Amino acid sequence: MSWASWSDFVAMGGYALYVWGSYAVTAGLIAVEVVMLRIRRRNALGDRP
Amino acid sequence: MSQPTLIIGSINWFRYASPQTFYPLAGAMIPWFAWAAAVLCGAGLAVGFFVAPTDHQQGEAYRIIFIHVPAAWMSMFIYVVMAFWAGVGLVFNTRLSHMMATALAPTGALFTFVALWTGSLWGKPTWGTWWVWDARLTSELILLFLYFGFMALQAAIDEPRRADRAGAVLALVGVVNIPIIYYSVKWWNTLHQGASVSLTSASTMATTMLTGMLLMALAAWMYSVAAALHRARSIILERERGADWLTGAR
Repeated sequence: MSWASWSDFVAMGGYALYVWGSYAVTAGLIAVEVVMLRIRRRNALGDRP
Repeated sequence: MSQPTLIIGSINWFRYASPQTFYPLAGAMIPWFAWAAAVLCGAGLAVGFFVAPTDHQQGEAYRIIFIHVPAAWMSMFIYVVMAFWAGVGLVFNTRLSHMMATALAPTGALFTFVALWTGSLWGKPTWGTWWVWDARLTSELILLFLYFGFMALQAAIDEPRRADRAGAVLALVGVVNIPIIYYSVKWWNTLHQGASVSLTSASTMATTMLTGMLLMALAAWMYSVAAALHRARSIILERERGADWLTGAR
């Protein structure tokens, strides 16, 4: 393990912006896609005659 | 509508090309793929952050690799699968094939954007720039525009069958971009590095780094299957509205 403490982990050796910026945006986009998939399905189910 | 009969090994494959057969089958498969994606992602992140060592050249910045490489692989792979279904749809005129192509595009675009975004955030600390117009980056950006073009073209045509065929032609033409992306680092002198992992030679990465990356790649794969199947089911509900078999379907 490369981390001595929690703050050490968060700091990412000085690359926090780049590493967490990558992970946060990816997680956010996947969350948005999952929500959009659910909305589309709910609308499609609701539209049935 | 009668389908041509293609029987290989006594299984009538066209049976699975009917939305009526596919809909419940996909519904049963989605939770398995979604859970596999979650478990593999958890394992990949655990290995990537707590087992894989610090890189002696790039420090901790290299940990972007656990998203960047799987996203870049999926961006290309999804496009090939999308073009494959588009081609099958054109040749056999199967509705479900076109629906699969349509269902794959947004997820492919998502992974393409993620590959570009994480590449940019990786390039800044390691190359000193967010972006360069080198062959690898430019061809990946073209891939993003191909996904957007495919979605916009289909959305612009009201009649689904015509939208399917127009999109399929675009998808098939755009497939030439895939080998260009893949071989760009060999064909041109790019700032982007060559492949660290290939099928034909030993990896140049530490084993634990490679393990984390492959786990994340599998997670991205499982997620893509779940998302595409889920979207395909919604497309079936939208397009087959009024079909008898759908009235009781969940």
